[in-house]
Amino acid sequence: MTIEHLCTLIEGKPLTTLDTDRTVVSGYTCDLLSWVMAKGSPDAAWITVQTHMNVVAVAALHDMACIILPENITMEGAPLEKAEEEGIAVLTSPKSAYEICGIMMCEGIPASE
Amino acid sequence: MIQAKYTVVRGDYARAGEASADIKRTLKQLGVDSSTLRRIAVASYESELNMVIHSLGGTLTLVIDNDRVKLTSNDLGPGIFDVNEAMQEGYSTADDIARNYGFGAGMGLPNMRRNADKFAIYSMVPDGTTIEMEFNIG
Repeated sequence: MTIEHLCTLIEGKPLTTLDTDRTVVSGYTCDLLSWVMAKGSPDAAWITVQTHMNVVAVAALHDMACIILPENITMEGAPLEKAEEEGIAVLTSPKSAYEICGIMMCEGIPASE
Repeated sequence: MIQAKYTVVRGDYARAGEASADIKRTLKQLGVDSSTLRRIAVASYESELNMVIHSLGGTLTLVIDNDRVKLTSNDLGPGIFDVNEAMQEGYSTADDIARNYGFGAGMGLPNMRRNADKFAIYSMVPDGTTIEMEFNIG
Protein backbone atom coordinates (compact mmCIF):
# COMPACT_ATOMS: atom_id res chain seq x y z
CA MET A 1 0.00 0.00 0.00
CA THR A 2 1.31 3.48 -0.77
CA ILE A 3 1.96 5.92 2.06
CA GLU A 4 -0.52 8.25 0.38
CA HIS A 5 -3.29 5.64 0.51
CA LEU A 6 -2.50 4.82 4.13
CA CYS A 7 -2.56 8.52 4.95
CA THR A 8 -6.11 8.77 3.56
CA LEU A 9 -7.28 5.69 5.47
CA ILE A 10 -6.12 7.03 8.83
CA GLU A 11 -7.47 10.53 8.01
CA GLY A 12 -3.88 11.66 8.30
CA LYS A 13 -2.10 14.82 7.36
CA PRO A 14 1.43 14.67 5.92
CA LEU A 15 3.95 16.90 7.73
CA THR A 16 6.63 16.20 5.09
CA THR A 17 6.63 15.78 1.34
CA LEU A 18 5.11 12.44 0.36
CA ASP A 19 6.87 10.19 -2.11
CA THR A 20 3.76 9.03 -3.95
CA ASP A 21 5.41 5.77 -5.12
CA ARG A 22 6.78 4.70 -1.73
CA THR A 23 4.96 1.75 -0.23
CA VAL A 24 4.42 0.51 3.32
CA VAL A 25 5.00 -3.22 3.73
CA SER A 26 4.60 -3.64 7.49
CA GLY A 27 3.63 -1.84 10.67
CA TYR A 28 5.01 -1.44 14.16
CA THR A 29 4.09 0.56 17.22
CA CYS A 30 6.28 1.28 20.24
CA ASP A 31 7.61 4.33 22.06
CA LEU A 32 10.74 2.71 23.44
CA LEU A 33 13.39 3.55 20.90
CA SER A 34 15.77 0.83 22.09
CA TRP A 35 13.01 -1.66 21.42
CA VAL A 36 12.35 -0.26 17.95
CA MET A 37 16.07 -0.41 17.19
CA ALA A 38 15.92 -4.14 17.87
CA LYS A 39 12.65 -4.82 16.04
CA GLY A 40 12.33 -2.22 13.29
CA SER A 41 12.31 -3.20 9.64
CA PRO A 42 12.61 -1.57 6.21
CA ASP A 43 9.56 0.04 4.58
CA ALA A 44 7.63 -0.12 7.85
CA ALA A 45 5.10 2.41 9.11
CA TRP A 46 6.07 3.16 12.73
CA ILE A 47 3.45 4.59 15.05
CA THR A 48 4.85 6.51 18.01
CA VAL A 49 4.09 9.46 20.28
CA GLN A 50 7.79 10.38 20.42
CA THR A 51 8.70 13.38 18.25
CA HIS A 52 12.36 14.17 18.92
CA MET A 53 15.40 13.90 16.69
CA ASN A 54 16.26 10.33 17.66
CA VAL A 55 12.93 9.07 16.29
CA VAL A 56 13.98 10.22 12.83
CA ALA A 57 17.45 8.71 13.29
CA VAL A 58 16.00 5.31 14.21
CA ALA A 59 13.52 5.39 11.30
CA ALA A 60 16.30 6.37 8.88
CA LEU A 61 18.71 3.67 10.08
CA HIS A 62 16.01 1.06 9.45
CA ASP A 63 14.96 2.54 6.08
CA MET A 64 11.40 2.84 7.35
CA ALA A 65 8.75 4.26 5.04
CA CYS A 66 7.03 6.58 7.49
CA ILE A 67 6.49 7.72 11.04
CA ILE A 68 2.85 8.08 12.11
CA LEU A 69 2.03 10.34 15.05
CA PRO A 70 -1.35 9.44 16.59
CA GLU A 71 -3.96 11.67 18.31
CA ASN A 72 -3.03 14.83 16.40
CA ILE A 73 0.47 14.89 17.86
CA THR A 74 2.69 17.04 15.72
CA MET A 75 6.41 17.28 14.94
CA GLU A 76 8.19 20.58 14.37
CA GLY A 77 11.57 22.14 13.74
CA ALA A 78 14.82 20.22 13.40
CA PRO A 79 13.37 16.67 13.59
CA LEU A 80 10.93 17.46 10.80
CA GLU A 81 13.67 19.01 8.66
CA LYS A 82 15.81 15.93 9.27
CA ALA A 83 12.92 13.63 8.27
CA GLU A 84 12.51 15.59 5.05
CA GLU A 85 16.25 15.33 4.37
CA GLU A 86 16.29 11.58 5.05
CA GLY A 87 13.20 10.94 2.92
CA ILE A 88 11.13 9.64 5.84
CA ALA A 89 7.48 10.67 5.60
CA VAL A 90 5.91 11.96 8.82
CA LEU A 91 2.12 11.78 9.14
CA THR A 92 -0.17 12.92 11.91
CA SER A 93 -3.56 11.34 12.47
CA PRO A 94 -6.50 12.19 14.77
CA LYS A 95 -6.87 8.47 15.49
CA SER A 96 -5.25 6.64 18.40
CA ALA A 97 -2.31 4.27 17.90
CA TYR A 98 -4.73 1.41 18.60
CA GLU A 99 -7.13 2.54 15.87
CA ILE A 100 -4.33 3.10 13.35
CA CYS A 101 -2.95 -0.40 13.99
CA GLY A 102 -6.48 -1.79 13.57
CA ILE A 103 -6.92 -0.06 10.22
CA MET A 104 -3.54 -1.26 8.99
CA MET A 105 -4.22 -4.85 10.05
CA CYS A 106 -7.66 -4.83 8.39
CA GLU A 107 -6.01 -3.63 5.18
CA GLY A 108 -3.63 -6.59 5.28
CA ILE A 109 -0.47 -4.77 6.37
CA PRO A 110 1.38 -7.30 8.55
CA ALA A 111 3.38 -6.60 11.70
CA SER A 112 7.08 -5.85 11.19
CA GLU A 113 9.36 -8.78 11.81
CA MET B 1 41.44 0.50 3.71
CA ILE B 2 39.02 3.19 4.85
CA GLN B 3 39.17 4.59 8.34
CA ALA B 4 37.08 7.20 10.14
CA LYS B 5 36.87 8.38 13.74
CA TYR B 6 33.86 10.08 15.32
CA THR B 7 33.66 11.90 18.63
CA VAL B 8 30.64 11.16 20.79
CA VAL B 9 29.70 13.71 23.44
CA ARG B 10 28.10 12.79 26.75
CA GLY B 11 24.42 13.80 26.92
CA ASP B 12 24.28 15.09 23.33
CA TYR B 13 21.05 13.41 22.28
CA ALA B 14 20.46 15.88 19.44
CA ARG B 15 23.55 14.71 17.56
CA ALA B 16 23.33 11.04 18.48
CA GLY B 17 23.05 9.05 15.29
CA GLU B 18 25.12 11.37 13.10
CA ALA B 19 28.14 9.05 13.15
CA SER B 20 25.94 6.05 12.35
CA ALA B 21 24.25 7.90 9.50
CA ASP B 22 27.68 8.77 8.08
CA ILE B 23 28.90 5.18 8.46
CA LYS B 24 25.76 3.93 6.73
CA ARG B 25 26.27 6.39 3.85
CA THR B 26 29.90 5.33 3.42
CA LEU B 27 29.03 1.63 3.34
CA LYS B 28 26.11 2.19 0.99
CA GLN B 29 28.47 3.90 -1.46
CA LEU B 30 30.67 0.80 -1.29
CA GLY B 31 27.70 -1.32 -2.33
CA VAL B 32 27.16 -3.19 0.95
CA ASP B 33 23.81 -5.01 0.82
CA SER B 34 20.92 -3.40 2.67
CA SER B 35 20.47 -6.12 5.28
CA THR B 36 24.15 -6.00 6.34
CA LEU B 37 24.00 -2.23 6.18
CA ARG B 38 21.15 -2.16 8.67
CA ARG B 39 22.89 -4.56 11.05
CA ILE B 40 25.96 -2.33 11.10
CA ALA B 41 23.91 0.84 11.43
CA VAL B 42 21.88 -0.54 14.34
CA ALA B 43 24.99 -1.73 16.19
CA SER B 44 26.72 1.57 15.53
CA TYR B 45 23.75 3.61 16.72
CA GLU B 46 23.42 1.57 19.92
CA SER B 47 27.11 2.13 20.51
CA GLU B 48 26.76 5.88 20.02
CA LEU B 49 23.72 6.01 22.27
CA ASN B 50 25.43 4.00 25.00
CA MET B 51 28.24 6.54 25.08
CA VAL B 52 25.79 9.48 25.08
CA ILE B 53 23.74 7.98 27.92
CA HIS B 54 26.24 6.17 30.11
CA SER B 55 29.74 7.44 29.48
CA LEU B 56 31.74 10.60 29.93
CA GLY B 57 32.09 10.70 26.15
CA GLY B 58 34.30 8.81 23.75
CA THR B 59 35.04 7.87 20.19
CA LEU B 60 33.66 5.52 17.60
CA THR B 61 36.12 4.22 15.03
CA LEU B 62 35.24 2.66 11.71
CA VAL B 63 37.68 0.54 9.74
CA ILE B 64 36.71 -1.02 6.42
CA ASP B 65 39.22 -3.57 5.24
CA ASN B 66 38.38 -5.72 2.18
CA ASP B 67 35.41 -7.82 3.24
CA ARG B 68 35.27 -6.76 6.88
CA VAL B 69 33.97 -3.77 8.79
CA LYS B 70 35.31 -3.14 12.25
CA LEU B 71 33.61 -0.76 14.68
CA THR B 72 35.34 0.13 17.94
CA SER B 73 33.92 2.32 20.67
CA ASN B 74 36.24 3.70 23.31
CA ASP B 75 34.86 5.76 26.14
CA LEU B 76 36.45 7.81 28.91
CA GLY B 77 34.70 6.10 31.79
CA PRO B 78 33.23 5.41 34.25
CA GLY B 79 33.34 1.74 33.21
CA ILE B 80 30.84 -1.05 33.83
CA PHE B 81 30.93 -2.69 37.22
CA ASP B 82 29.40 -6.01 36.13
CA VAL B 83 29.62 -6.64 32.38
CA ASN B 84 27.69 -9.92 32.53
CA GLU B 85 24.78 -8.14 34.18
CA ALA B 86 24.93 -5.30 31.62
CA MET B 87 24.78 -7.82 28.77
CA GLN B 88 21.41 -9.16 29.94
CA GLU B 89 18.35 -7.97 28.01
CA GLY B 90 16.27 -5.64 30.13
CA TYR B 91 19.05 -4.64 32.50
CA SER B 92 19.58 -0.88 32.46
CA THR B 93 21.10 1.85 34.56
CA ALA B 94 19.79 4.65 32.31
CA ASP B 95 18.65 7.84 34.03
CA ASP B 96 15.29 9.63 33.69
CA ILE B 97 16.52 11.84 30.85
CA ALA B 98 17.40 8.81 28.74
CA ARG B 99 14.10 7.14 29.61
CA ASN B 100 12.15 10.25 28.62
CA TYR B 101 13.75 10.00 25.19
CA GLY B 102 12.56 6.40 24.94
CA PHE B 103 15.90 4.79 25.71
CA GLY B 104 17.00 2.72 28.68
CA ALA B 105 15.16 -0.50 27.86
CA GLY B 106 18.31 -2.49 28.47
CA MET B 107 18.54 -3.58 24.84
CA GLY B 108 21.68 -1.74 23.73
CA LEU B 109 24.50 -4.20 24.41
CA PRO B 110 22.44 -7.32 23.56
CA ASN B 111 21.37 -5.61 20.32
CA MET B 112 25.00 -4.91 19.42
CA ARG B 113 26.00 -8.50 20.11
CA ARG B 114 23.05 -9.83 18.08
CA ASN B 115 23.88 -7.71 15.03
CA ALA B 116 27.66 -8.13 14.97
CA ASP B 117 29.44 -11.18 13.56
CA LYS B 118 32.09 -10.79 16.25
CA PHE B 119 31.59 -8.92 19.52
CA ALA B 120 33.90 -8.23 22.42
CA ILE B 121 33.59 -5.91 25.40
CA TYR B 122 36.27 -4.87 27.88
CA SER B 123 35.54 -2.61 30.80
CA MET B 124 37.43 -1.27 33.76
CA VAL B 125 36.06 0.96 36.53
CA PRO B 126 36.70 3.93 36.43
CA ASP B 127 38.81 3.96 33.23
CA GLY B 128 36.15 3.13 30.66
CA THR B 129 34.75 0.62 28.24
CA THR B 130 35.91 -0.62 24.86
CA ILE B 131 33.60 -2.50 22.52
CA GLU B 132 34.91 -4.18 19.39
CA MET B 133 32.54 -5.38 16.71
CA GLU B 134 33.22 -6.99 13.36
CA PHE B 135 30.91 -7.49 10.41
CA ASN B 136 31.49 -9.57 7.28
CA ILE B 137 30.52 -7.65 4.18
CA GLY B 138 31.98 -9.99 1.55
